[in-house]
Amino acid sequence: MKSELNAEDPVVVLKDVVFSRGEKLIFKGINLSIQPGKITAIMGPSGTGKTTLLQLMGGLLTPSSGEVKVLGNTVADLSRGDLFSLRQRMGLLFQSGALFTDMTVFENVAFALREHTQLPESMIRDIVLMKLQAVGLRGARNLYPSELSGGMARRVALARAVALDPEILMYDEPFTGQDPISMGVLIKLIKTLNQAMGLTSIIVSHDVHEVCSIADDVFILSDGLIIAHGTPEEILKDPDPKTRQFMLGEPDGPVAFDYPAPDLYFDFDLKDKT
Amino acid sequence: MLLKIFIKILESWGRYFRINFLGFCQDFGASGVFVLRTIFGLFGFRYLINQIYAVGVLSLIIIAVSGLFIGFVLGLQGFYTLSRFGADQFLGQLLALSITRELGPVVTALLFAGRAGSALTSEIGLMKTTEQLSSMSMMGVDPLRRVIAPRFWAGVISMPLLTLIFSAVAILGGYFVTVHWLGVNAGSFWSNMQASVNFRDDVLNGLIKSLVFGFVVTWISVYQGYTCHPTSQGIAIATTKTVVYSSLAILGLDFFLTALMFGK
Repeated sequence: MKSELNAEDPVVVLKDVVFSRGEKLIFKGINLSIQPGKITAIMGPSGTGKTTLLQLMGGLLTPSSGEVKVLGNTVADLSRGDLFSLRQRMGLLFQSGALFTDMTVFENVAFALREHTQLPESMIRDIVLMKLQAVGLRGARNLYPSELSGGMARRVALARAVALDPEILMYDEPFTGQDPISMGVLIKLIKTLNQAMGLTSIIVSHDVHEVCSIADDVFILSDGLIIAHGTPEEILKDPDPKTRQFMLGEPDGPVAFDYPAPDLYFDFDLKDKT
Repeated sequence: MLLKIFIKILESWGRYFRINFLGFCQDFGASGVFVLRTIFGLFGFRYLINQIYAVGVLSLIIIAVSGLFIGFVLGLQGFYTLSRFGADQFLGQLLALSITRELGPVVTALLFAGRAGSALTSEIGLMKTTEQLSSMSMMGVDPLRRVIAPRFWAGVISMPLLTLIFSAVAILGGYFVTVHWLGVNAGSFWSNMQASVNFRDDVLNGLIKSLVFGFVVTWISVYQGYTCHPTSQGIAIATTKTVVYSSLAILGLDFFLTALMFGK
């Protein structure tokens, strides 16, 4: 893991990435690059593989063909050890939070610090409490994940993801299941974290309004391909019918709401179409 | 027509072969790489102690109680047979040899697979299902090193110790039944045992067996958990597989080890 990046180079580059799960082709050739210091959103209907895309970037999955480059390293070529040290420079906020259920909130946030640094316990305590303060859960430090609501668990997971001050932070559906108050706080938090820590943020989401309010750059993913790319304003004005349907939330359009199914007449055993 | 049927049969055999045999080979190879990575994964001593408590200490009660009752039953059955020939003073020898060589290692391993192996599989499987393992590796911490390795070593270390405890308790159980209930002479019970049991041939070989069983059972348990399908049904299947595969492996390996150690 030697290659370093210049300040302006994109931090994540996907080149012709093809990925299939079993027989099902999920990505048919994705090309995208993510600029440093910006908030990039990847949006698309459910089931288009947005989470899979993040897992490819994190090296949890390997593409069938094509290349995933993160911070100048081709992820598939890294040794196991190098991959784990690369991951210390990136954070992934899981949709479910994925907190360690046998540890308290405090220990969850302290986990990476204890594993990767030799800091004294008093300093770890200060760092953890600062991170928890940022997500408003300093008082919940002694609770176990089972005692947290879904939204709170997500905020703890966010504190845990930034514990090592990563260079890239990836959010998997950060807005689902948040009440309006924590939604507002979270949006502000993502924005502040991005500016204050010089992070590159990647948000995967289908909450159009929330994402458009903070994103600098938007990719729209549909049917295994990137169908649109630009600033939120450009995307909202995009004439492409697929993009329009998604951004405006229209039920009718080229993107089918219904999962492919046999004919209604066949399923309900109707004799003829009259 | 006949040719078509023939081809169909051939095809289904081919598919069966591909899914079962090649799948098995692939699985076996993957689990070999997995266990090598686990063995050489370094981890904190504290985690090992925690896991020895979870898999070893918490299995103590079931091991001790089972040992006691097996000792009771062996004493009764042995007395019933031997006393017909007036050979009941050899009960000590019978108990000690059968327990240290066979029953101790085998029954402990079977109980361990049911008690600790299934718990390991379902714990690791649930960690996988709830993405805790993925989130750990995304934080740059190798789950093989931090989660699997301490559990694996805890199993390997616990098994011989549990076997020793099982054997000791079983012999004591046999002693109570035969000497204090059935009236066998205590002196001949212990002295015959001492005279016939060889530490290297009997006790040490039994411990080597239990070490092998500990390795295999824990390997199966952690591997099944780590590779389970991340659903509730997947965990159920993996847990069942752990107990079934472990039991079969224990009994099969026991035959080979016995043949190697005691066979002529």
